[in-house]
Amino acid sequence: MILSAIAFYGFSSVAIAAGVMVISARNPVHSVLFLILAFFNAAGLFILMGAEFIAFILVIVYVGAVAVLFMFVVMMLDINLVEMRQGFLQYLPIGGLIGTVLLIELIFVVTSWAVAPESGGLLAAKAPALAEVHNTEALGRLLYTKYIYLFQGAGMILLLAMVGAIVLTLRARPGVRRQRIGDQVELRREDVIEVKNVPTGTGI
Amino acid sequence: MFEITLGHYLTVAAILFTLGVFGIFLNRKNVIIILMSIELMLLAVNINLVAFSAHLGDLAGQVFAMFVLTVAAAESAIGLAILVVYFRNRGSIAVEDINRLRG
Repeated sequence: MILSAIAFYGFSSVAIAAGVMVISARNPVHSVLFLILAFFNAAGLFILMGAEFIAFILVIVYVGAVAVLFMFVVMMLDINLVEMRQGFLQYLPIGGLIGTVLLIELIFVVTSWAVAPESGGLLAAKAPALAEVHNTEALGRLLYTKYIYLFQGAGMILLLAMVGAIVLTLRARPGVRRQRIGDQVELRREDVIEVKNVPTGTGI
Repeated sequence: MFEITLGHYLTVAAILFTLGVFGIFLNRKNVIIILMSIELMLLAVNINLVAFSAHLGDLAGQVFAMFVLTVAAAESAIGLAILVVYFRNRGSIAVEDINRLRG
């Protein structure tokens, strides 16, 4: 009991501190690294809640793909760091005000809600006992049966995102010679080789 | 204090969500940090979904958290692609410079 409490407070405090650093770090590269730290600690929280699969997916997808994508873009763009910081203090009061109001609202919500007594019968997919089926297997059984169309829809969304990102960033730069397989295959002998019938003893 | 209840997780998620909103207002010049703030907010939402899922014994919350993850990955990929194209055209990623839709 006390061990899980220590783990919870450790993970959550590091996650919140990393979140603060994400929005206040001077260098965007540091922001990305703190974002990765926040994701790792959130994965620890998920494991404490008993959702191992989501925790692993969070580490693999977010840290392995999304955060690295952010890192690529931050390092690819040659941005002026000093210019980026202008207006930081100017927006601090309004941002702080809205953030405080939102936090107070959320704390009111968190402290005053209650689970309706009849909600036990409304479960969409009751989790099986942990001794019989572990979390990953239970999630797979649910995802590949009841939510199979949504799962395939999620795959289509990812495909769409991939195609969209490629279409957006692909560009034909002028002055770059690159191999075009289609042009090479399309090439006919008549287009490039001209056979001249040269009579003997005379020039062309 | 030592008993970790649902309310503890909800509080952490609320704080992370507020940090995300705060980050959007604070970094008006840098679209990359704004995208990262959106990721923080989505993470807070995921913590909420999984906390309720674990508390109520309903796996649908975790399935939904997975779909949120999928959409977040797609969103950041498209957002960063738009950002790269925008930087190529304008040489800046400040929000106030974004005032046209054509590339």
